[in-house]
Amino acid sequence: MDNNGCLPCTRREGFPAGLRVLVVDDDPTWLKILEKMLKKCSYQVTTCCLATEALKKLRERKDAFDIVISDVNMPDMNGFKLLEHVGLEMDLPVIMMSVDGETSRVMKGVQHGACDYLLKPIRMKELRNIWQHVLRKRIHEGREFESLEGFDFEGIHHLMRNGQDQCCDDVSLFALEDCISSTRKRKDADNKHDEREFGDSSSTKKARVVWSVDLHQKFVQAVNQIGFDKVGPKKILDLMNVPWLTRENVASHLQKYRLYLSRLQKQRDQKKCSSSGIKNPDLNPKDPGSSSIKNSMNKQQNVVSIDGFRCPNNGLVQLHESDFTVSELNKTEQRRALATNNIIPDPNMTKVSQIVLNQTFSPLNSEGNIEVFDCTIPTQYTWNQVPKRKLQDDPKSQSIASMVSSPSAASSIASSAVDNIIPVQSKSLMVNDQSSVTSNPGLKTQEFDASLIPELEFYQQNLLWGGEAAFSPLEEDLNFFLLQSECYNDMNFGMHNIDTSDYYYDPGLIADVPNHLLYDSADYSVVDQSLFIA
Amino acid sequence: MDVLQLQRKLREHQAAMLREGFLDDQFSQLQKLQDESSPDFVIEVVKMFFDDSEKLLNNMTRALGQVPVDFKQVDAHVHQYKGSSASVGAARVKNVCATFRNFCETQNLEGCVRCLQQLQNEYSLLKNNLQYLFRLQEEIQAAGGSIPTIE
Repeated sequence: MDNNGCLPCTRREGFPAGLRVLVVDDDPTWLKILEKMLKKCSYQVTTCCLATEALKKLRERKDAFDIVISDVNMPDMNGFKLLEHVGLEMDLPVIMMSVDGETSRVMKGVQHGACDYLLKPIRMKELRNIWQHVLRKRIHEGREFESLEGFDFEGIHHLMRNGQDQCCDDVSLFALEDCISSTRKRKDADNKHDEREFGDSSSTKKARVVWSVDLHQKFVQAVNQIGFDKVGPKKILDLMNVPWLTRENVASHLQKYRLYLSRLQKQRDQKKCSSSGIKNPDLNPKDPGSSSIKNSMNKQQNVVSIDGFRCPNNGLVQLHESDFTVSELNKTEQRRALATNNIIPDPNMTKVSQIVLNQTFSPLNSEGNIEVFDCTIPTQYTWNQVPKRKLQDDPKSQSIASMVSSPSAASSIASSAVDNIIPVQSKSLMVNDQSSVTSNPGLKTQEFDASLIPELEFYQQNLLWGGEAAFSPLEEDLNFFLLQSECYNDMNFGMHNIDTSDYYYDPGLIADVPNHLLYDSADYSVVDQSLFIA
Repeated sequence: MDVLQLQRKLREHQAAMLREGFLDDQFSQLQKLQDESSPDFVIEVVKMFFDDSEKLLNNMTRALGQVPVDFKQVDAHVHQYKGSSASVGAARVKNVCATFRNFCETQNLEGCVRCLQQLQNEYSLLKNNLQYLFRLQEEIQAAGGSIPTIE
């Protein structure tokens, strides 16, 4: 594996190296692994095992991190909640992760604003690409730096006329313009901020309102709700319900917005935009066939008509001012769509992207995802050496340990065939009654090679299927030991003399294994001895 | 037994564990992460997993022993264990966890108990096999050889 796991940086030396990542996971094993993996990507890693601690760190220094990766299941705080907080307060990209890949969970992540949802175990290549989320977010949000006017519409149109391939809807265009202008003005920015061209707010001269995509959308929603003709800053402010926003902020933004729209109108009148409208037809909510996500989520279904755009004529934007209300889900859908048609394409379409964009989504039915098992499975093996009694009826079972050791009636043997698991058909698993020890006399009586490594032999027969402390020469072929039917008695929980011949039979896992290696309970107990000798 | 033979045994054992599903690709990933700056990475991670396992299995045992059983609590432990097992690539353990969770969902006590037993089995097997693996590695290193990596 190459040691420098970073993609070569095209714009700045080093970037994305040094990306500051905050990892939150209550599982210390995962924390350790992720830390190692991220370090291999040359990222700067901070780990946290508590969500509350993570929030504290984030709040202490708002600029300390570029991206947050968080587990979904944590004891002190739900991962989604953390996601919300981070999104609201710090506006950092957040990646969710979980071992649970159920569609409903993934969707929840998307809805709460996660920019990605990774399934554990996580691969190096997935982590290597996380910098794209950082970049993408910053482009879309268009942070202001020295730009005095804020939104530089001229700049963006200049760029677009020059053939930039930019597909933007109104919202992102707005933000994009800002970003482009500020980056242009920052071309000669000092080299200290090499790594964080788009995101270094410490270089701002004074605190400014950042008209992020979200904020702007709220703004536009409010405008549309009021009615473009009747609109006024006070009314917009009230509707937007953003506490820290002032009337002045809104007023100046409104002014710019008006100018912008009128200019667009002029352009539209002049040229004919050949935009067929929707770059991603699936996202058009007018199409009833699409977006079953929305249907099943019962969100407010005001139409998104982001008719956006791949405008070959550069710079022409078809805008439906009146229908700009966006449901929360649509917003993230947009972002997804934007993301994929962004200047910087995201090659690693994660499951999230695929779900949202491809819309091959069945209606949410959490129950559908759960496989419920029928417990009664016919088995050849009755628990004939074990008194059949229900767990609860066993007066002797005081603790679970003894419950464990007195198996329930044979009729309720655990389910089978999910995820390669077939029930234990063991006759004598964890039973106090002694089952016959089908040890292999051959193994036992063999003299062991007085090799230099006696302890190895002890382990040798504990190979794979476990066994007693039988000794055997190390030179023996491994397969020999795989077939061991030694009783396994090295258990912590009071299980004795497990007949290893009845272990798990998984056709899926062992399809390629020659027959004699199968531990198929059906024939094994009869056959094994002979196989050994042979 | 010389280094070559030990190395062969190590390779075979690793291959067997992979083949039989005790370990999956994640384990290989862990081995790839090991380097000079963390030469015992895999062993450390596996040790953490062992600690976690024992703690969680205890928790599950206790939870299932309560009257009445709080299945949500049990499920929480199992889910945690599922994540933990995924970290080292303990495929069989992970699979049992999946089944276990279903039983928790349907509040099937017997199914749960059975799964717990399976988990305990699988964990013990895995532990022994891994310990054997590490012992082989140790011996190889002591004899001056290098650890063959699995592909």
